[in-house]
Amino acid sequence: MTQTAIAASEVKPRRLPRETAVSALGLLLVAAVVVWVLYEAIKSPQEFASLIVAGAGNGALYALIALGYTMVYGIIELINFSHGDLFMLATVLSGIVCVSVFNVDSFGFGAVGAVALALLISMAAAALVNVAAERVAYRRLRRAPKLAPLITAVGLSFMYQWFGQRQFMTGSAPKQWSTMFGDDGFNIGDVRVPYTTVTVIAITIPLLLLMVYIVQRTRAGKAMRAVAQDQDAARLMGIDVDRTITFVFALGGGLAGAAGLLYLQSVGTSNYNLGFRLGLIAFTAAVLGGIGNLQGAVLGGFLLGILSSLNDGMLLGQQWSMTVVFTVLILLMVFKPEGILGSPTTEKV
Amino acid sequence: MSTTTPAAPPVVKPPAPKTSFASRFGWPLGFLILAIVVFSFNQWILPDANGEFRTGYNNWLPMTAVNEAVIWAIFALGLNIVVGYSGLLDLGYVAFWGIGGYVAGWLMAPFANQVTPAWADLSINIFGHPLPGQDRGIHINFWLVLIIAALVCALAGVIIGAPTLRLKSDYLALVTLGFGEILPEVFRNGERVGPDGKWNITNGTKGITGIDQIPTGPFQLIPGVPATIGTFDLTFKFIVFALLLALAMFVSLRIREGRLGRAWLAIREDELAASMMGVPLMRIKLSAYAVGAAFGGIGGVCYATHVGGVLADRFNFSVSITLLAMVVLGGMGNVWGVTVGALVLAWINSTGLAQLGNVWNDATGSNVNFASHNFLIFGAVLVLFMLFRREGLIPETRTKQVLQEPERGEIESLGAEMEGTAEDTAAEGTKK
Repeated sequence: MTQTAIAASEVKPRRLPRETAVSALGLLLVAAVVVWVLYEAIKSPQEFASLIVAGAGNGALYALIALGYTMVYGIIELINFSHGDLFMLATVLSGIVCVSVFNVDSFGFGAVGAVALALLISMAAAALVNVAAERVAYRRLRRAPKLAPLITAVGLSFMYQWFGQRQFMTGSAPKQWSTMFGDDGFNIGDVRVPYTTVTVIAITIPLLLLMVYIVQRTRAGKAMRAVAQDQDAARLMGIDVDRTITFVFALGGGLAGAAGLLYLQSVGTSNYNLGFRLGLIAFTAAVLGGIGNLQGAVLGGFLLGILSSLNDGMLLGQQWSMTVVFTVLILLMVFKPEGILGSPTTEKV
Repeated sequence: MSTTTPAAPPVVKPPAPKTSFASRFGWPLGFLILAIVVFSFNQWILPDANGEFRTGYNNWLPMTAVNEAVIWAIFALGLNIVVGYSGLLDLGYVAFWGIGGYVAGWLMAPFANQVTPAWADLSINIFGHPLPGQDRGIHINFWLVLIIAALVCALAGVIIGAPTLRLKSDYLALVTLGFGEILPEVFRNGERVGPDGKWNITNGTKGITGIDQIPTGPFQLIPGVPATIGTFDLTFKFIVFALLLALAMFVSLRIREGRLGRAWLAIREDELAASMMGVPLMRIKLSAYAVGAAFGGIGGVCYATHVGGVLADRFNFSVSITLLAMVVLGGMGNVWGVTVGALVLAWINSTGLAQLGNVWNDATGSNVNFASHNFLIFGAVLVLFMLFRREGLIPETRTKQVLQEPERGEIESLGAEMEGTAEDTAAEGTKK
């Protein structure tokens, strides 16, 4: 066969010495982090374990928010800056439903029902808001240069923050809400496990599996993957691109809604600008795992949650947590821009 | 990688078809006249005006707000070089503002004494003009500090850019955002760093206050001009800041015509094509970062002297976004648009919104606190501008053309009749 031209182009290009050095340096950094974690784990195993537990709870939340980011980015390559603020709105909404309407302040049969109802309401509301935002603000900009939808997203983020700032939402100051479990928990050995962490993980994991199922096994998921590959080709194949993108926004919004409720139940405070910080962490998680990759977002969320929890307890302290998160992001960008589970992409001409 | 400073100024003279007097000296003259009008009005006419007019005027356009707007315009021009000229989205520009401010805090204030106990007797004065009774620490002349801050910021820009500039648009935005978040955290927590927390490099949330005055140098021989411009000599400060804004505009306009500027525009339009045509991508991008950052450093020193101190809490993400909005709403890449956008937005942020709200309330008898709705107004303006006037108030011709047309490849791949919005194409898809 005369396939030499194609075969030749598939030969892996020789790695430059600089690239080799960069990846070696990256591996060295990862090794240093692993050694440090092991050292701390051996030095004080009990404290370490409780930090891991707390980190896993946070990580699950990050993963939920990160999934919304990663799905939207995966399909239309937009950093949806308003996603974190959508999460904030869902947090407040779930608080209003749980506390102001149903007076949830302790664990009980009625409280579980109220929280479940609030979960559905906040998921539906966040999905609705996200779909409306897509319809009003992003759809017209799909062919525009990338800066335009990005700035629109920032504008939407401000509008959400304004809404969260209203007095019936959180107001300008942080607001305390009573939660179902409070600080209750149980002990495994000497390690205290709060009920909220268990709840968060118990709700998160099925949602994540559901997402993976939707994307990988259903027709809608197939359409999503096709649209992510090439919108025009997908349209020519008879896929309704607009509806698919709307569906992705609805899914992302629903996940943000769930994350909002879980955040409120585990932390118990809301603040109108809390979405910005958590949104950035979640986006970092998405990038860490490889953006556009669902499993990657989950992995990144858990890794980042555990890492920042370890930092809070053992390394630099909480006031440096954003520095740690962004240092991870920057190092990742330098050494492995495609993320842990992502695959490197080549530039299309 | 090469980390050279910006390439040499243009050697090849660009073709200049319009060389009439108006096009060569029009804008500097206009700027000068405007600055003189603002200055003389505030310096001489306003103090003699009747009280009612004076308070009314000061409510609408106080001199501090004017000065601050001019400083914002310097920043916006710096960001315009990075985003508008070179197309490198930078969401952490506030970092350079902060670095510039802290350079001023270190070199123009008594603060250096507190860095470590060993420096308690430190007293360095290089043509400095400390506030009365605060002559310890380091005091370097304002004009020297401007240059130092510009250099430090340019270096910081290169350091930030060197490892990250090979990333593409969104990722680059994210990395710069990361730097823009890390640096304020360093400023906030820099009170006890180093071994055993002995070093106090930023004075934490208390910030550094007591920034020196601006010396006027030989101009003090002119009667009426003070030897040093203190905190309340707002009109003379305006002259200084307006001068620096004019410098920023001059550099922006001139550099754009030269080789470097054309290389920036080339990588903004099409990076790959530009590199194929022999534009050294990394060097050009780094120089864009360095020049933009230098503007940020100059603005940061100005801001520190304007406020009389540096406060860590001022350097947050919303500043970067406000600056980006100034650049985008004014007209990306257009120096005039960006300047006007910055002045207007800065005024609206400081006094304009509240005053307009008062007028609205008086006219309609309502009682709306407009300042509490600034998030909504700002967000809505951003969204509406992006939807309906993406090229900004005073668009650059080239940007306008690019932004109003869909990408060429897309039209071709869809066929010529599918040029409309996504809804049209979707509708056609279902019809078939």
